[in-house]
Amino acid sequence: MAERKIVDGKGSFCPGPLMELIVALKESQVGDELEVLSTDKGSANDIPEWVRKVGHEFVSSSEDGGVWHIVVRKAK
Amino acid sequence: MAGQKACVVVVSGSLERLQMAAMVASVAAVSGQEVLVFLSMNALSYFTRGASVVAPHEGPIGELMRTKKIPEFKMLIEQAVALGDAKVFPCSMAMDVLGLESADLESYLAEPTGLTKFLSDAQNGQIWTF
Repeated sequence: MAERKIVDGKGSFCPGPLMELIVALKESQVGDELEVLSTDKGSANDIPEWVRKVGHEFVSSSEDGGVWHIVVRKAK
Repeated sequence: MAGQKACVVVVSGSLERLQMAAMVASVAAVSGQEVLVFLSMNALSYFTRGASVVAPHEGPIGELMRTKKIPEFKMLIEQAVALGDAKVFPCSMAMDVLGLESADLESYLAEPTGLTKFLSDAQNGQIWTF
């Protein structure tokens, strides 16, 4: 059963949120969605780039009140 | 996908350089690149077991970084090993100068390596020097 998990990287700077996402991906199942919360704009740009590079699925990215929500689906 | 291996030579003991080296090593490693890190000169002593991560800053960014939630460079280097294909080699010359044995160093470091061996392992890789 696919789940959506929150990875709270708020307040952390590059590459903190990315590293937290990677740790969470290791503990997830294929098909699970992870929503990274980040206040670091660099990470909001960098995480989708990383996701494409390593072959996971980038779902969406949006900003709300200075917090980016980057949704990633584990593809492998 | 893996691309060229990234070889990161770290000699500085300053916060900005240690941080940038750790960022390059960790992001390259988790992006599927093979990473070789060589710790020498003033960089090595931070990687003795349990050593403090407080390094002197060079300029204003380094000073500001202390007040923000920046991932610690030692943690990033450890994550490069744990989450990616990174190996971190302590320089055998620097170990001799400092009188260190392998047992004195953090357990995630690889075996002590001389420059000759590192240079041959680093052939055809990208070299990053900090």
